[in-house]
Amino acid sequence: MSQAPGITVKGRAEIGGARLFAPLTLELAPGAWTCLLGGSGVGKSTILRLVAGLETEAAFTGDISASDGGPVAPRVGYMAQDDLLLPWASVAQNIALGPRLRGDPTERDRLAGLMARVGLNEHAQKRPYALSGGQRQRVALARTLMEDKPVILLDEPFSALDARTRAEMQDLAVELLAGRTVLVVTHDPGEAARLGHSVQVMTPEGLTEVTPPKAAIPRGVDAQETLACQADLMRHLMALAA
Amino acid sequence: MTRALIKAWPALAATAFALAIWQAIVTLSGVPRFILPAPALVAETWWTNRWVIAEHAWITAVEVFLGLGIGALVGVATAIQLATSRYARLLVQPVLVFTQALPVFALAPILTLWLGFGLSSKVLMCVLIVYFPVAASFLDGLLRTPPGYLDLARTMQARPGQVLWRIRVPAALPSLASGLRLAAVYAPIGAVIGEWVGASRGLGYLMLLANGRSKTDLMFAALLTLGVFSVLLHLGVRALTRRMVREEV
Ligand SMILES: Nc1ncnc2c1ncn2[C@@H]1O[C@H](COP(=O)(O)OP(=O)(O)O)[C@@H](O)[C@H]1O
Ligand SMILES: [Mg+2]
Repeated sequence: MSQAPGITVKGRAEIGGARLFAPLTLELAPGAWTCLLGGSGVGKSTILRLVAGLETEAAFTGDISASDGGPVAPRVGYMAQDDLLLPWASVAQNIALGPRLRGDPTERDRLAGLMARVGLNEHAQKRPYALSGGQRQRVALARTLMEDKPVILLDEPFSALDARTRAEMQDLAVELLAGRTVLVVTHDPGEAARLGHSVQVMTPEGLTEVTPPKAAIPRGVDAQETLACQADLMRHLMALAA
Repeated sequence: MTRALIKAWPALAATAFALAIWQAIVTLSGVPRFILPAPALVAETWWTNRWVIAEHAWITAVEVFLGLGIGALVGVATAIQLATSRYARLLVQPVLVFTQALPVFALAPILTLWLGFGLSSKVLMCVLIVYFPVAASFLDGLLRTPPGYLDLARTMQARPGQVLWRIRVPAALPSLASGLRLAAVYAPIGAVIGEWVGASRGLGYLMLLANGRSKTDLMFAALLTLGVFSVLLHLGVRALTRRMVREEV
């Protein structure tokens, strides 16, 4: 993996002539985690898809650039809430999906190493239906890591998991994605308080930065400052709804 | 075995019930045997003519299997071709719909005129009947790949050919299976109609022959054989396509 660049999204978006979000600037610091919070339908997923170079319903006017001047979309790895595992392929085949889809040979050692790191060694030949929700997200995480992209976009990646599994996955993701530029879309203030080096609350008017705790990530689920930040974010979100 | 029996018993019971009613109607109404033969007589006729019936059934089966095989292959190839080329789709899809609006059965006399009384006109009938449901449902499946998969593939800089074989085709297998199952129902009808129009062998030919000579019992025996063959074919195709439908395999 090359040095992770910072990413800047600057612009506005419309859907069918109506405003989706006003001109905004979202800065992803290189090698850091940025959390994007906000109500349903404000355009969080849209921003993420724009960065990934995917089609959106919205018309975007503006610029998406990398701090090193290089291209953005080809250096982006993407993980959605739906784990998008192929039900007919084994765990190992799902993790090696990228090379398989490019027609490249799979690097066996790297694959085995990744499976070990996400704790799926014994499940390599299983089909996704035989896995728990947490295990499926581990496969999706390993598949993302197999791509070895410096920029990682996570769209509500752990929202379907139970609270304990979610916390475990957050720890694992922070460990495995160290050094990469990460953008997490979440609707969980607790997740943002644990994971964000920078936390942004999004509304149709733009972004509001909320200062997260100083502690290194992943922050303790029961740490006083994490809980305080979570409460702060909660107040923000409720003020928006009012 | 016992589990199969438990699953099959409603069908068996219904069949027995229908046979009983049939027998009762014949006995009570005294309808002549050349109008409606009793099931017992049909069974007897079936047994005494079993080799003749088997010979004709074999011909029909060959027509159906060839037609199903060729029709399915050409249908699959068409669907894949159309799925990969928007241009081909624009060009070919209206033609497909038009040919489907045309009842294939109406083509039977022409096919017989062109290809003669032999096997090939019936096989072509089956091919035409099988082709459309297979091509249409598989194409439908290929064009409805879950968008999340395609997004993922895009962020992986996937090659279109690999996306087709590793994602779009496997995701469309359930659609292909339903097309094949539908085709299996219609294929025997195609063969029999082809035989009615002009043939010297096959169950359809035997039915016409028996009818013409007022051997209604033989006609029924041939008809029941066709029915049993169609049911077995349906079950066979179902079993063969089961793995395509179940995701947890
Ligand atoms: N497939 C779609 N068709 C029409 N409108 C869509 C579609 N996807 C999203 N939108 C619109 O775009 C807006 C932003 O969606 P999205 O970025 O998914 O929001 P978020 O992720 O913040 O919940 C939504 O309000 C929705 O109306
Ligand atoms: Mg969203």
